[in-house]
Amino acid sequence: MYDTGKIFVGIAIFLLFVAFPFYYNLGKAVAKPEPSIDTPVINQMEKRQCVESKQTMKTLHMKMLNDWRDAVVRDGQRLYVATDGKSYNMSLQNTCMNCHSNKKKFCDECHNYMAVKPYCWGCHIEPKEGA
Amino acid sequence: MAIKRREFLKIAGLTLAAGTGGLTTFSALRNGILEAAQYNRDPKGLKGSRWGLVIDMARFQDSKAIQKISEICHKKHNVPTIPNPRHEIKWIWQEGFEHAFPGQESPYMADTMRHQPYLVLCNHCDNPPCVRVCPTKATFKRADGIVMMDMHRCIGCRFCMAACPYGARSFNFIDPRPFVKELNREFPTRMKGVVEKCTLCYELLAIGKPPACAEHSNGAIVFGDLKDPNSEVRKLIASNFTIRRKPDLGTMPSVFYIVSGKEERLGGHEHAG
Repeated sequence: MYDTGKIFVGIAIFLLFVAFPFYYNLGKAVAKPEPSIDTPVINQMEKRQCVESKQTMKTLHMKMLNDWRDAVVRDGQRLYVATDGKSYNMSLQNTCMNCHSNKKKFCDECHNYMAVKPYCWGCHIEPKEGA
Repeated sequence: MAIKRREFLKIAGLTLAAGTGGLTTFSALRNGILEAAQYNRDPKGLKGSRWGLVIDMARFQDSKAIQKISEICHKKHNVPTIPNPRHEIKWIWQEGFEHAFPGQESPYMADTMRHQPYLVLCNHCDNPPCVRVCPTKATFKRADGIVMMDMHRCIGCRFCMAACPYGARSFNFIDPRPFVKELNREFPTRMKGVVEKCTLCYELLAIGKPPACAEHSNGAIVFGDLKDPNSEVRKLIASNFTIRRKPDLGTMPSVFYIVSGKEERLGGHEHAG
């Protein structure tokens, strides 16, 4: 076989390059995201209850927001009657963020961890919060 | 390596279980919506089948009056004030007669009428060309006649701007947010790359209020349902001479202008454009 040495050196360099993210991050555990619901509005609630159950919100909030926006913008329906019969104004900016006024510790915490970048805040105004 | 019947069945069973489980999760995400939950309209919301405006131009002879209305609208909807005219965003603004009503001017028309500013905005046409050309249905006609914008869907192709004969649409060439002086935190802004225009204050109609321009005009702009023969707009149209912008294009605008009649300054009564 010709150039065995060069080929093996080439393969070694290639593997080193491809595996770079793995050994670069070795031993640097990224902290588990812990979204916080510690906001003035939520703390004042008697029963800390979102629009739907915590589990539903965790798994389906993105789908729900999508459906909400279609209902409001396209069908002009603005009231969400939840499973427990309560009515909510479907609005990210005025309803969701009214309670969850801590976007950085609530939304971004998981989104950054999962590297998802929803473009909500290109238009919707995020709540004011101290840096 | 031969696989035994028992083992094969075990694997097949597990695969099936995993598959069904996955499918359930998938369909829950897909149809996602909890069955007991539902959407409703706000009962306070205004109901109409073709919203329209009647604007009494005798009340807007001063361009300051128009400016005031457009400031109120723009402030309410976070419309940016961009100094570069090529990036300008406008929902409601003023035009000269020859631009607002081209082809309807004449050399002998009253001076006041020819030189006064005209308040113009999206006409919420009955036959909107912008809706026809939109490739994503980002702009669409609502059942109540509003030509609506769904900013989430707009891809910024600007076909609608080419189609609109009234110049009612503006494109966000740059991020508009730094140019909004005072944010209305109850309404979103827009982002770079989308087209925007007047939405006839759909967010106010939904909670039972008239559009901001009509509300703050002291009666100079009247809002109502054009399909309702007893509505105030219909009565005004029936009892006054009104014109619309470029009616010959067949877009059937829903904004009517009372241009002659009440004010003495016009000197006469009939100005059949």
